[in-house]
Amino acid sequence: MKKKLSTLSVLYRVLARDIRVALRRQSDVAAVFFFFIIAASLFPLGSGADPKLLKAMAPSVLWVTALLSCMLSLSRIYASDHADGTLEQIMLSNQPTVLIVLMKILAHWALSGLPLVLVAPLIGVQFNLSGAELQTLALSLLMGTLALSLIGSIGAALTLGIRGTGVLIAILVLPLYIPVLVFGAGAVNAVSIGMSANGALSLLGAVLAMALVFSPLASAAALSIALE
Amino acid sequence: MKNIDTKTDLQRLKFNWLQFASPKTFYPLAGKIIPWCAAGAAILIAYGLYLGLLVAPTDFQQGEGYRIIFVHVPAAWFSMFLYLLMALYAGLGLVLNARLSYMMATAIAPTGAMFTLVALVTGSLWGKPMWGAWWVWDARLTSELILLFLYIGYFSLKAAIDDKNRADKASAVLAIVGAINVPIIYFSVKWWNTLHQGASVSLTQAPAMAAVMLKGMLVMTIGFWLYSIAVVLMRVRAEILERDSKAAMLRLD
Repeated sequence: MKKKLSTLSVLYRVLARDIRVALRRQSDVAAVFFFFIIAASLFPLGSGADPKLLKAMAPSVLWVTALLSCMLSLSRIYASDHADGTLEQIMLSNQPTVLIVLMKILAHWALSGLPLVLVAPLIGVQFNLSGAELQTLALSLLMGTLALSLIGSIGAALTLGIRGTGVLIAILVLPLYIPVLVFGAGAVNAVSIGMSANGALSLLGAVLAMALVFSPLASAAALSIALE
Repeated sequence: MKNIDTKTDLQRLKFNWLQFASPKTFYPLAGKIIPWCAAGAAILIAYGLYLGLLVAPTDFQQGEGYRIIFVHVPAAWFSMFLYLLMALYAGLGLVLNARLSYMMATAIAPTGAMFTLVALVTGSLWGKPMWGAWWVWDARLTSELILLFLYIGYFSLKAAIDDKNRADKASAVLAIVGAINVPIIYFSVKWWNTLHQGASVSLTQAPAMAAVMLKGMLVMTIGFWLYSIAVVLMRVRAEILERDSKAAMLRLD
């Protein structure tokens, strides 16, 4: 007989398992990371390397690229678990689905959003950003990428097992990402024109808090529809 | 036994609105409503255009070009109103598991997207003489564009799922998520850029426009409303025919 697990330890195990599974497919994790670096490096090649222009473009370029990188890896949250039946077992278990979904989102963020937060300041240097701007960039991405994973999870759950998922997720999720983009890039822009980033960062935090509450609920609902 | 009998008698006396939640009873009802709404829409839109294009005075700042607002503003109102209505029906469908609600949501979406497109096109036509550019990234035009993206997402998801039942429910979740996002997007875009002129019609303060202009706009709004009802009901009827093509009810007439 197995002993009965408490909800907390189940949640911890889901989180640890998802991270472990993702780490076993290192190339997937690395691909998103390198996509971010390569895509961001393309912009100066298209626009010319005028330092002033690069500095003005930097917040939007880095944020849009981060947005696309997060979006590219979204289908990973549920697809493999759906393919091998794990997801159905999770939905059938007597543990709270909403919290398990939240753990899966956190695992996704840890391996797709968090690396971007760490590497973004380096790319920012390439774009001629300096101290305070780099700090704000990292802080805004830290909150923003988590919000992106949360919101994106709804799109991933809705499109589970549908043909042509990649492009469809983009169409569903990108419009919903707009507030995160506006406040995230807005925070960096505010610092670079000498204003305080607090307003934009607070609003970004508010978006994150809302996503934290609603997105696991909506994702769980979408998953149960997908598995009907 | 006696109690139950009187209860059913009472229920028989009372007019039961819920019976129209069944496609079978709704189909003929919709058929009766459509001609009235269509006729009303034609008359009101013609009258509204007459008021807007011929009767309303020329604006002393914007000249004749402003007259496009008689189409633009009601279209923009309806693009947002219809999205919320679509989300409401989608939510009703999820809560009550009523097929007709999903059909209503499906039927509302194209009309809403059409009004969004009309608002965008008329907005850019208005923008050219006023701002000197076909497109300006101001808060309202941009939110309207994002609203169009939300409609496109709704259509795309619905079209991608073959199983009708799942398509209904999944797109309903998307519609509700979108409806929660609409005010956030609007606020964020407004925060991002407040270039647009202040709202000229608001509910809290007296409108800063001539009474005849307001009248023209309201007449157009009601006209668009009736048009929406007529078109949506026609589409629901088509939807019922398509989905229940094998049902016996359709062989009655």
